[in-house]
Amino acid sequence: MTGESLFEKVWKLHAVAELPTGQTQLFIGMHLVHEVTSPQAFDMLRESGAGVAFPKRTFATVDHIIPTDEGRARPFKDAMAEKMIAALEKNAKESNITLFNLGDARQGIVHVIGPELGLTQPGMTIVCGDSHTSTHGALGALAFAIGTTQLRDVLATQCVAVSKPKTRRIEINGAMRKGVYSKDVILAIIRKLGVGAGAGYAYEYAGSAIEGMSIEERMTVCNMSIEGGATVGYVSPDEKTFEYIRGRPYAPPEESYDLAVRYWKSVASDPDARYDDTCTIDAASLEPMVTWGINPGQAVGISERLPPLSGFPEAERANAEKAYKYMGVAPGEELAGKRIDVAFIGSCTNSRISDLREAAAILSGRKVSGHVKALAVPGSSSVKALAEREGIDRIFKEAGFEWRSAGCSMCLGMNPDKLVGTQLCASSSNRNYIGRQGSPTGRTMLMSPAMVAAAAIEGKVTDVRDME
Amino acid sequence: MDTIIKEIVGRALPLRGNDIDTDRIVPARFLKEITFSRMGEYAFYDERFGDSGEKKEHPFNNPAYAGASILIVNKNFGCGSSREHAPQAIKRFGIRAIIGESFATIFSGNSFAIGMPLLRVSAEDAEYLLKAVEENKSAELRISLPDKSITLNGRAIGFSIPEAELNAFVTGRWDSLSLLLANAEKAKQLEAGLKYPNRFGAVHDSGGAQAYG
Repeated sequence: MTGESLFEKVWKLHAVAELPTGQTQLFIGMHLVHEVTSPQAFDMLRESGAGVAFPKRTFATVDHIIPTDEGRARPFKDAMAEKMIAALEKNAKESNITLFNLGDARQGIVHVIGPELGLTQPGMTIVCGDSHTSTHGALGALAFAIGTTQLRDVLATQCVAVSKPKTRRIEINGAMRKGVYSKDVILAIIRKLGVGAGAGYAYEYAGSAIEGMSIEERMTVCNMSIEGGATVGYVSPDEKTFEYIRGRPYAPPEESYDLAVRYWKSVASDPDARYDDTCTIDAASLEPMVTWGINPGQAVGISERLPPLSGFPEAERANAEKAYKYMGVAPGEELAGKRIDVAFIGSCTNSRISDLREAAAILSGRKVSGHVKALAVPGSSSVKALAEREGIDRIFKEAGFEWRSAGCSMCLGMNPDKLVGTQLCASSSNRNYIGRQGSPTGRTMLMSPAMVAAAAIEGKVTDVRDME
Repeated sequence: MDTIIKEIVGRALPLRGNDIDTDRIVPARFLKEITFSRMGEYAFYDERFGDSGEKKEHPFNNPAYAGASILIVNKNFGCGSSREHAPQAIKRFGIRAIIGESFATIFSGNSFAIGMPLLRVSAEDAEYLLKAVEENKSAELRISLPDKSITLNGRAIGFSIPEAELNAFVTGRWDSLSLLLANAEKAKQLEAGLKYPNRFGAVHDSGGAQAYG
């Protein structure tokens, strides 16, 4: 008998029924909620007459719209933001849902706090009304995004109706060179496979490079599965996973930890598991990556020249041309030396303590270039507190970074942190779409937190390996 | 029981380009609403309007396409975020079905959930349809879901759609909630058998300033 992947096992364990539509009714172990995609769902729930079926399996926090500066006092200056957070408070209270609100040490970006609090564990199904839900896959959970109508379904039934995706195993082997981070790995994967390649697939990341990564590094990889088109991305759990969870607030108690590990091991991918597709990436050949265009697949290694239009397949040429025009770069150019206006370190991709430490190592004893506005936004209140205990906040502040409180901030510009005009931002976030960072003409170059720190210091895109 | 969707007849709006993402469909700043009611006004806002609200050239602004009920697109349409606001905006703008080469997964799920069929056609057929409605803006398309065909100028073009979605639309059972509620008892049994070692509900509200690094 051939073995099974984690995906197959966890899917089976949670399949309630096959629906008349041919979809699977999948039971959801944990539902995470934030203030932006939930108010309509709670309204739909009321309209349907149903209540929240399993309130203990839902956790809420605020991250998308909240200010990250001194403007966190209530009521917010932005009346709409105030209305949204008030709606979440009311909905959570009425439905007995735990809310990690502003002022709570456990508040933070939803995909940062799940793992951090020990809520996210292997073998679970997890959904959230946010496309970066795959982040939780780094701990061996089957985690994916849902829309607002599906959110209503989960509230009412703790289930979703979904079609089963196929599986693709992406094996990443080799030792990453100095200055190369997990962000570079996922950008290289998206560039190689394309931004639409993951549609209809669950991605399993494996191989020696993944095994060598910390859990937080794996989160960065899984986080950007959706930028490659895949709603699900995960890493099969190992000893690192089990150790990461130990001692966290929602971790299993020490006396029954062995039992928990037994369950977690039982859902790990079998060595002879079958996949619908496989591909490999050589991590040892990678260099720091930077995006030059308007989707995350338009990326190059820092020493590469930008590709000629003739190098694109015909169907992609119009997009590439549009990207060059929008970003103000040209084929044949190098990105190193491109002047930036803003540096942003944050987002569910790269705002964890390890990301801040990596950036701080570059910033230590240096100053941000005079013309650059630099923002450091820790992913959670807990990450912020820990960084302050380690003195990392001082390094950021002394270098000239603004040191903010936890939230999504300038990743999507739903709060007051936005680009202005055509500003160019070196960003540790996940999307370089047109207008993504809050200005309809703003420009984003995605890179690792260390590369953002280097760009902030030099005032231009810089190979971080020259600074370490 | 929801509305049965078998046939959609109307004029079409062409929107060229691969990888049109959800931030372009509805910029994030317009998600700051607690209902979907105004989303139709925000569809492709930054591509349709300039800084001072002046109209830019865009198919959604072109009066010749006003009242169109079918949207034609290229590849990987709707990539990006999970915001249901994106298909909601398009539907509330007046679109009832989208024809394209391919669609992003979450966008597909959301469109299905709100009863807006997505029909997949080949690159050649997409090009034929785009060109045809660009040249004759009042051309009428007839979509038959049971026949999986789009008729334009007497020519029939086949499309594909996941069987689950097709069945749901033609039987009028695309509202997932009633289907899921029917198995509520089974879901409860499955939950009781889960071997999760979590301590959901067992952790007290410490709320302290502890950092979990």
